[in-house]
Amino acid sequence: MNTVAKPQYKGKRYRLDKPELLAPAGNLEKLKFAVHYGADAVYIGGQKYGLRSNADNFSFEEMREGVEFAKKYGAKVFVATNIYAHNEDIAGIEEYLRNLHEVGIAAIIVADPAIVDIALRTVPGLEVHLSTQQSTLNWQAVSFWKEEGLPRVVLGRETSLQEIAEIKRHVDIEIEAFIHGAMCSSYSGRCVLSNHFTDRDSNRGGCCQSCRWKYDLFEDAREGEVWVSEEQSAGQPPQRLVPDVTQLPLHQPEDNPFSMGAKDLCMLGSIPDLIEAGIDSFKIEGRMKSIHYVATVVNAYRKAIDAYMADPEHYELKPEWMDELNKAANRPLNTGFFYDTPDHEDHIYEPEEKAAPFDFAGLVLDYDAETKTALIQQRNHFKPGQEVEFFGPDRSPFKQIVGELRDEEGVILDAARHPLQRIRMKVEQPVAYFDMMRKKK
Amino acid sequence: MKSKPELLATAASLTEAAALLDAGADALLIGDDRFGMRLAGHFSLEDTAAAVEMARARGRKVYAGLGGLMPNRLLDELPAYIKAIAEIGVDAAEFGDPAVLAAARREAPGLKLHWNAEMTSTNFATANYWGSKGASRVVLARELNMDEITEMAPKLEVEAQVQVHGMTNIYHSKRKLVESYMAHQGRPITGGSLGKERGLFLIEAERPDEKFPIYEDRNGTHIMSSDDICIMEDLHVLMEAGVHSFKIEGLLKPTAYNVAAVKAYRRAIDAYAVDPAGYAFREEWLDEVRALQDPERELTFGFFYKEQVY
Repeated sequence: MNTVAKPQYKGKRYRLDKPELLAPAGNLEKLKFAVHYGADAVYIGGQKYGLRSNADNFSFEEMREGVEFAKKYGAKVFVATNIYAHNEDIAGIEEYLRNLHEVGIAAIIVADPAIVDIALRTVPGLEVHLSTQQSTLNWQAVSFWKEEGLPRVVLGRETSLQEIAEIKRHVDIEIEAFIHGAMCSSYSGRCVLSNHFTDRDSNRGGCCQSCRWKYDLFEDAREGEVWVSEEQSAGQPPQRLVPDVTQLPLHQPEDNPFSMGAKDLCMLGSIPDLIEAGIDSFKIEGRMKSIHYVATVVNAYRKAIDAYMADPEHYELKPEWMDELNKAANRPLNTGFFYDTPDHEDHIYEPEEKAAPFDFAGLVLDYDAETKTALIQQRNHFKPGQEVEFFGPDRSPFKQIVGELRDEEGVILDAARHPLQRIRMKVEQPVAYFDMMRKKK
Repeated sequence: MKSKPELLATAASLTEAAALLDAGADALLIGDDRFGMRLAGHFSLEDTAAAVEMARARGRKVYAGLGGLMPNRLLDELPAYIKAIAEIGVDAAEFGDPAVLAAARREAPGLKLHWNAEMTSTNFATANYWGSKGASRVVLARELNMDEITEMAPKLEVEAQVQVHGMTNIYHSKRKLVESYMAHQGRPITGGSLGKERGLFLIEAERPDEKFPIYEDRNGTHIMSSDDICIMEDLHVLMEAGVHSFKIEGLLKPTAYNVAAVKAYRRAIDAYAVDPAGYAFREEWLDEVRALQDPERELTFGFFYKEQVY
């Protein structure tokens, strides 16, 4: 089986009718939630060659189970093999990719052309998607990858909607774009801050997010005529500085420090624009994010996409979708490069508050319509008297106050304290397996 | 017998180009700001032709840097530029974006291509992949260590180029981060430069002794290393490994400094070529570089002897 095979996907591909909603799944449980809440496809990390070396990545057995689960929903599973490989990584790639194909993975997301090449030559049944780490920004580069045999390119996050539309006009290929989540403020892959600051290789999964650290900005003033800051020059031309000043701070004591940290991407308000630009796959960032985050975000985009596709002419963004999203957001949001180059309002200089306002409190396992009682698996501390909110893929969220709690033996509890404990409580509306119960932090 | 390695230097201007050739550079890297990435300076087509003529007269080479990440709108200007530099007679073009490769195949099939994807040129298989697409040289990532370089050298089907001296880029964004920061402070920049000539730098809260140069240009914001690579002491290891080209990065350095660096490496390369077995590094080769070295920037081995984790 080591013969050189022709790439399979060189021929014409047809534009998907409906854009694919592609969600992150950091582990098997998150995969199940992402799929149940409406993802058409999920991307996961294996134990090698991925860029999230800290995530609890999938074993082949878990992948197989994930693929089986997703199949029931008609959903696909992709694996991110998106490192920039080093010499020592090359030898095992072929076997690893064969295993991915064997367990039913539909596609791999690849940054390094060496891995692209190995995949196309040796595992022709496995689709290869070019990762955003390649920073592909123009239609000729996209066309190059199509010629190589790739059915899909994930564009660099620096492309605008207009540029995406141009790319789609020039090249018949699937275009995937990030539409929600945290973003590298650098060109992805073109940042080695982690390597320099902490000897951790960002392009092999070691990123320590140094772009979100705090910096002070200065100007060298050791020689010659240098520009001085605005308030010092007061409209005057650049001045020669006094000899003992070697550096000029370009910040006042009351200023926030300099930062490269970007706000998180959110395109929920722009679903029609994304679809009209021709983006085939809408990608949500966040393999390290919580179940609550993934379910909530997927749910909101699923509803918006379905509503638009059902009736584009009368489509309106519903405020409750955005309300839902905000319950999971942990940073201020913006629209990245889709409409314009980000400016000062698109970066985070203030201390970050972090942490989404809601916690995942419990998972609905079952519902008894007769007694209006739900069987709930505890996921976080909750107790009678607290306000909780139920939500799910097929329902509008509703709030209620937690009433009496009983364990499975019927013993009354003063609080749900134990992780994964099964608890019965009355609910004010019918709920279903996989519905989630959240509480305010 | 390995061929004598090339000494390549970046030039910011024709004046610097002449000085570097005088100092002993075998090749110069120059380019047009529209297509290049972090070039030391901008060369118009006219200046490029002059540089080629100058180099040619001495039997040296000129490479054009087209390492930028190109948006759609640049694609219209790219073919004419590539055609023009090929006609001028540059010896090779450096590229990172496949769009450049495609345009070069069409417009200048004879033009040699050097693949430089900056920090993402990290293994022999990827280098050979680009070799199979038409590249004759790979510019290795500066984050590789010595073992990785010497181990991959014999596996390469293309020439290898390694940066041996100068600063490196550690972060590149399309965002205008300095301009944004100033606007955020409520003191927007009005007319002043945020470019290379401004001398801006960052200090990270927990690393008060390290200054990271930062500048903006048409490609966005660039943050540079706080130290300068200097591999001189162990250049023989790279020469033994058969690295074809040693690059001196002259970005953000005065010409006098770059000239000193070229002279130093020239002596080492020549000494090794005459007698590889008897070659020994001599401290005094670096005297002039050290005398001109910015005291706030350390000369280091970069990542050559670092173990990185992930």
